[in-house]
Amino acid sequence: MGLKKALLAGVAGLAMTASAQAQYSNDGITIGVLTDMSGVYADVGGQGSVVAAQMALEDFGDFNGKPVNLVSADHQNKADIGANIARQWADTDGVDAIFDILNSAVGLAVQQVATEKNIVSMNSGAATTALTNEQCSPNGVHYVYDTYALATGTGGAMVKEGGDSWFFIVADYAFGHALEADTSNAVKNAGGEILGSVRAPLSNQDFSSFLLQAQASGAKVIGLANAGGDTVNSIKQAQEFGIVAAGQSLAGLLIFLTDIHALGLETTAGLTITTGWYWDLNDETRAFSERFAERHNGVKPTMVQAGVYSSVMNYLKAAQDAGTDDGKKVVDQLQTMEINDVFAQGGKIREDGLHFHDMYLAQIKSPEESKGPWDYYNIVSTIPAAEAYQALEDVRCPTLNN
Amino acid sequence: MASKTSGNWKGWAQFAVAIAALIVLPFFLYPVFLAKVLCFALFAAAFNLLLGFAGLLSFGHAAFFGFSAYVSAHAAKEWGFTPELAILAGTVVAAFLGAVIGLLAIRRQGIYFAMVTLALAQMVFFICIQAPFTHGEDGIQGVPRGHFLGIVDLESNFAIYYFVLAVFLIGVMVIYRTVHSPFGQVLKSIRENEPRAISLGYDADRYKLMAFILSATIAGMAGSTKVLVFKLASLTDVAWQMSGEVVLMTILGGVGTMLGPIVGASIIVTMQNYLAEVGQLTLIIQGLVFMFCVLLFRRGIVGEIKHRWTQMRGGKDEPAHLSPGKATGETDGAPVTHG
Amino acid sequence: MIEFLGVPLPLFMGQLLIGLINGSFYAVLSLGLALIFGLLNIVNFAHGALYMVGAFVAYLLLQFIGIGYWPALILAPVIVAGLGMLIERFLLRPLHDLDHLYGLLLTFGLALVLEGTFRHFYGVSGMPYSIPDSLAGAQRLMVPTWLTGEDPVFMMALPNYRAWVIVASLIVCTATWILIERTKLGALMRAATEKPDLVRAFGVNVPALITLTYGLGVGLAAFAGVLAAPIYSVNPIMGSNIIIVVFAIVVIGGLGSIGGAIVSGFLLGVIEGITKVFYPEASNVVIFVVMAIVLIVRPAGLFGKGA
Repeated sequence: MGLKKALLAGVAGLAMTASAQAQYSNDGITIGVLTDMSGVYADVGGQGSVVAAQMALEDFGDFNGKPVNLVSADHQNKADIGANIARQWADTDGVDAIFDILNSAVGLAVQQVATEKNIVSMNSGAATTALTNEQCSPNGVHYVYDTYALATGTGGAMVKEGGDSWFFIVADYAFGHALEADTSNAVKNAGGEILGSVRAPLSNQDFSSFLLQAQASGAKVIGLANAGGDTVNSIKQAQEFGIVAAGQSLAGLLIFLTDIHALGLETTAGLTITTGWYWDLNDETRAFSERFAERHNGVKPTMVQAGVYSSVMNYLKAAQDAGTDDGKKVVDQLQTMEINDVFAQGGKIREDGLHFHDMYLAQIKSPEESKGPWDYYNIVSTIPAAEAYQALEDVRCPTLNN
Repeated sequence: MASKTSGNWKGWAQFAVAIAALIVLPFFLYPVFLAKVLCFALFAAAFNLLLGFAGLLSFGHAAFFGFSAYVSAHAAKEWGFTPELAILAGTVVAAFLGAVIGLLAIRRQGIYFAMVTLALAQMVFFICIQAPFTHGEDGIQGVPRGHFLGIVDLESNFAIYYFVLAVFLIGVMVIYRTVHSPFGQVLKSIRENEPRAISLGYDADRYKLMAFILSATIAGMAGSTKVLVFKLASLTDVAWQMSGEVVLMTILGGVGTMLGPIVGASIIVTMQNYLAEVGQLTLIIQGLVFMFCVLLFRRGIVGEIKHRWTQMRGGKDEPAHLSPGKATGETDGAPVTHG
Repeated sequence: MIEFLGVPLPLFMGQLLIGLINGSFYAVLSLGLALIFGLLNIVNFAHGALYMVGAFVAYLLLQFIGIGYWPALILAPVIVAGLGMLIERFLLRPLHDLDHLYGLLLTFGLALVLEGTFRHFYGVSGMPYSIPDSLAGAQRLMVPTWLTGEDPVFMMALPNYRAWVIVASLIVCTATWILIERTKLGALMRAATEKPDLVRAFGVNVPALITLTYGLGVGLAAFAGVLAAPIYSVNPIMGSNIIIVVFAIVVIGGLGSIGGAIVSGFLLGVIEGITKVFYPEASNVVIFVVMAIVLIVRPAGLFGKGA
């Protein structure tokens, strides 16, 4: 098949140079949604991300007179599986851009493949700042949020409210360490102090031991530098051991709308969180979420799914304007655009690949405040992009000349 | 491996056809996928050396496969090793790891052996999560395929496939030579009847340990090679589920046959490749295949074909179980020649 | 504040207690595993999966029939034990005369099927199961005066449910031990595996005894699953990592030793708990390190009687 395809591509290429229109390889655009379909992030992205991508394709319409192809796959939260699928998509399916890519490890691996194959990685799901720092790529865009933005938002806000001494429970892998480091900086910059931290091994179910250590530290705030099931378990067990009742407060550093939905407002009321988007921001977001919910079992979109919608739309615009599906050129084109849509206002894709846009500080409603399912956040304030994200001159991206 | 004298040229002809097929295959199928099949086939063949010919069921072979993947990835990425040296580094480390785990595990037999290898491999898994050089969850990413001998660029999918094919053939040759050497004969006799082998003056534990180390080494070689294909070393390769997968490949293909593990690995990898969209379904199917093989199909695909073939010609062949000591049809302890 | 090895004493005591709670799960699980192994010579790889099924049965009973925690604590193990007896009768018995490794491989396949099936229907995010109302709340524990010579210091809030876990597992472990070692049925079970022919000659239905034993062992796993449900969310992958830890514990205790499995279950839980204070990163590994040491020093296990 490889040979046949290569020959065909060659013949097609020759024919196209004759007509001087050889911009789009494999005849048009194919996009891939690579997400967690069955694991802990399946609700955050998963099938909902595919729905969001489909909505974007419908809203965009035909691309140069042809429909855009959509493929999707489950990376099972494993970097190797994700990278394999991305490589195979680029090699044999003619995929031009990959979306969603939840999970930091998978995100980094896929961005690497995208660079190698010169396609685009539009990441809405992963948290790690490494995507735009140490492992930045001219083929990558980091769209929705990163650990830095979460840490500065939540960390700074809690210190202002008087939570000026912190103890961290850290998921013992790269993501957790990054979240801890970024939040520690934010807390210190705001005038708070760090009393200690404990690293909980991966695939640990019982957090009681770590919670007791946090309690013994006497810190006012217990920072949960973890995600998904770890966060859910720590919050539940903190309640079981009466930690919040005894006066300490919890800071969930990465919490998605669907986590709140699973935990319930009784357990989570009052939590301060940072989010890149919320469905109930304005009329436009509400209308979009209504449409999304109709097609996805009545579930409101998470920030990741909204990010997938927006990133697909903007990728297609950029590819059309650039007149090519060459990954680097499309990303260059994206960097000249201003993003004004349902997801962001005045957003910019920076040279390091970061989507520089405003974030939101939110507090979880109490059961009495909530008007029903999915009505969970009180948006406390908007965090301007310049406060939320790393300044470009601080970015440790080796391909940027600064 | 039919009668030796007349079958010799026939065997060589078959071998030549197989090689030719392996050479043209990447023109028809995605080369990266084929390279993956070869890596797992070599892994399964290495595992089979231990289970099929020494009668030891290790449930911890992922430790060797995955840990040497990390070593080879680190050597290629951080130290700039050429691909062949990176693989060598991974392989040597697997040998050492094999010696350590082997020394501990060999003290127990049968089921105990399986559980001990499993637990020790799980320890290696947790070390891989913690050790800084493995980068935990992220794994080692962006491993360069490099230049073979510093000259031939392996970056293209075709180049890497032929490189993997060469490694695969070397590995399989080593296994073939080992099985058909006096050492292999002693191993088999230990598998058939350990007390008898000991009474004949063989230090059974030493032989088993050597087989364990050799199997670990080649498993490590397979893992190191896989890293170069995918440019990535990750926790998947050290997790205990991987140890289970290699057992399944071997049993499905046929324990104790040369070709079986290769066939089994091809089937399982193909299945995983085409069912990638439905992760849980793969799990269920693998489990069902496992149960089916254990209950009704203990010879495996290749073993079953061989069995039918020999039966048709009225020959006698090996019984359909792992270590025949307990079952009724005890085979004659093949006369052992000292090497 | 009084310190112990550089750690405040109240914290240290609290961790010991938490270790004991986790040890309770280990003890019930390793007891079931050791029971099946000691009497049937099968390494039950599906033990973790059946622990998960136990939790799920409790969850499903609540969801569909509205049966709460207390009845489920009895019902779920009985249902899973029934399932286990079917497994033994139709899947394991045909392998009885073959190498025991086949039992291990079959149950491994079974574990994959069970886990895959529940993942297919429920994902891996986990289902909530609340603590029964009668056990809600917590006790404020103090470090007693006789230990420190000082006024009582606050140690920890011990949730009532966790205290119940320790009590329940102690009761179940003791009862099982008495059943096996001190009753006529237990004696028959033991005899049936040692000298099946002789027992058969006395007119005892040996295969039925074996099926019953497997059911009992598996029922213990399900019991642990129901106990765990309110603490951890009910999750299809909850059994896949714990099973290997439990293997290690059974090897440490001495394969087949019933008392050894119970004691080392609690012991290793405590050791793990202490590790979480001094070097939390190693808490996943410590049990395997202990296993390696035991294998070197005493290959038959702490309570084993030889390989």
